[in-house]
Amino acid sequence: MQSLTNRKIDVNRSPMTFAEKIYIPEIARGMAITLKHFFKKKATYSFPEQKRPFSSVFRGLHVLNRDEQGRERCTACGLCAVACPAEAITMEAAERLPGEENLYREEKYAARYEINMLRCIFCGLCEEACPKDAIYLSETYTPADFARKKFVYGKPDLLIPNPVTEPEAYQKALGRNVETTAEAFEKLKK
Amino acid sequence: MAEQPLFKVTIDNVTVEVPAGTTILQAARKAGPEVAPPAMCYYSKLEGSGGKCRTCLVEVSKGSDRDPRPMPKLVASCRTTVMDGMEVKNLTSERVVDARKGVVEFLLINHPLDCPICDQAGECHLQDLSYNHGASGTRYEFQRRTFEKHSLGDKIQLHMTRCILCYRCVMVADQLTGQREHGVLERGERAEISDYLEKSLDKEFIGNVIDVCPVGALTDKTFRFKNRVWFLKPLNAHRDCPTCSGKVTLWNRGDEVFRVTARKDQWGEVEDWICNECRFDKKKTSDWVIEGPREISRHSVISQNKYIGMVKPKETIDEVIGKEPRLFLDIHDVSQVNEKDRDLSLIEGPAHSTDFKEKDEKKQ
Repeated sequence: MQSLTNRKIDVNRSPMTFAEKIYIPEIARGMAITLKHFFKKKATYSFPEQKRPFSSVFRGLHVLNRDEQGRERCTACGLCAVACPAEAITMEAAERLPGEENLYREEKYAARYEINMLRCIFCGLCEEACPKDAIYLSETYTPADFARKKFVYGKPDLLIPNPVTEPEAYQKALGRNVETTAEAFEKLKK
Repeated sequence: MAEQPLFKVTIDNVTVEVPAGTTILQAARKAGPEVAPPAMCYYSKLEGSGGKCRTCLVEVSKGSDRDPRPMPKLVASCRTTVMDGMEVKNLTSERVVDARKGVVEFLLINHPLDCPICDQAGECHLQDLSYNHGASGTRYEFQRRTFEKHSLGDKIQLHMTRCILCYRCVMVADQLTGQREHGVLERGERAEISDYLEKSLDKEFIGNVIDVCPVGALTDKTFRFKNRVWFLKPLNAHRDCPTCSGKVTLWNRGDEVFRVTARKDQWGEVEDWICNECRFDKKKTSDWVIEGPREISRHSVISQNKYIGMVKPKETIDEVIGKEPRLFLDIHDVSQVNEKDRDLSLIEGPAHSTDFKEKDEKKQ
């Protein structure tokens, strides 16, 4: 049959010579390759002592945002849930009562908000759909767990700490102390 | 009486024959949804409606066979009757497209951008209109007019900020209930729908004002904030009702009836008016005879995840292993959304934090 490309090399089926039969040169060549890797730069990080910086567009665990006065931004409009290709998001809405204005930004809010992390594919479409800047994908992983039921995240798991009452926890949750630029990435690699 | 002569009208190059006295809008609707101009205030089932919103403006490029001069200005198609041989331009006319964009901008001047909160979102005519014909941004820099929200009776919520003053609800009250107690007060920019002296509206058919409202100004209080319309399943259903036809659309989630509305045709108009009892009080599936899923235009967000004539593949795993497969996780054991003993659909009015708190305390 005519070959389609000129890259074909036929297998050499001629009997081995004496030098090939004793194998020692081939073993030495293999060991040389192995030894060379001892002195090469490592391709891995020793997690968790050393953490790989996230790219600035990394999409991790979801965060429900608050505004600068600490009120929840989410108004349960359902656009994240309708945008979600994995159907991971569910919610139930409630009306804000008089006196709850310091808790919720709008007259309607999400009384229940759940993301099923087993379904979530971290595509970030919820973040794009949100008209209220309420949901963000942060720079953290979803922690691993042994039980499946731990992966249904409710509002207590998702809400960012209140910037008014817990400013330190809020700053930590913002994650601005971690450098995410390409230079930082290169620096850490060296 | 002699037989009515048929008039030939051409709308966007589509020719239809309609009886004399038909309006351009009705003729265009007969010609098809592609050429029909949008209408925010006109309602074919309400006498005297139309002529207020100006979204149905069209260009008449030829008056009639006898007098072929074009009409000098754009005309409101809902109020202009056809002439024999008339030629009308809707979307093919640049003037109309431009004028409509201006009209939408005017309608949106005082309209709040609270679609994420509004219960009408997803079935709002103003939303459709602004997506199809409007500009993407606003040029308005001043304070929008605001009103306190208030209740018309105990089942209807009025958000005056969202109102575009189409007068449809006033006409429903006038023509359907026979006795209206609300109307438009003040003039110009300050005009507002109001029931004078907070009189409650408790007439038999007053609930229909919710269905005719093209925006979210009048909404159902029994459905308020309970769910988004696109997460609900619309079902055709009927019951033996002594006061109305009893033909309705149920909006279900699972077996819970979240909302009852009248059936709407392709122009968003009610097919049969329904009474308040059907609309507000019959919130159980057992009250209704369900006919089947209601067909929703696939251009609507409501049609998402609803497939007509869907055939699910047969589940064969239990036949192979000889028993029902064991579930690793039943989501209802974990999830706090849609809990078994908390029926949002049965709560009178919108849910509040108290409805959820009681539940939380019980659990602890």
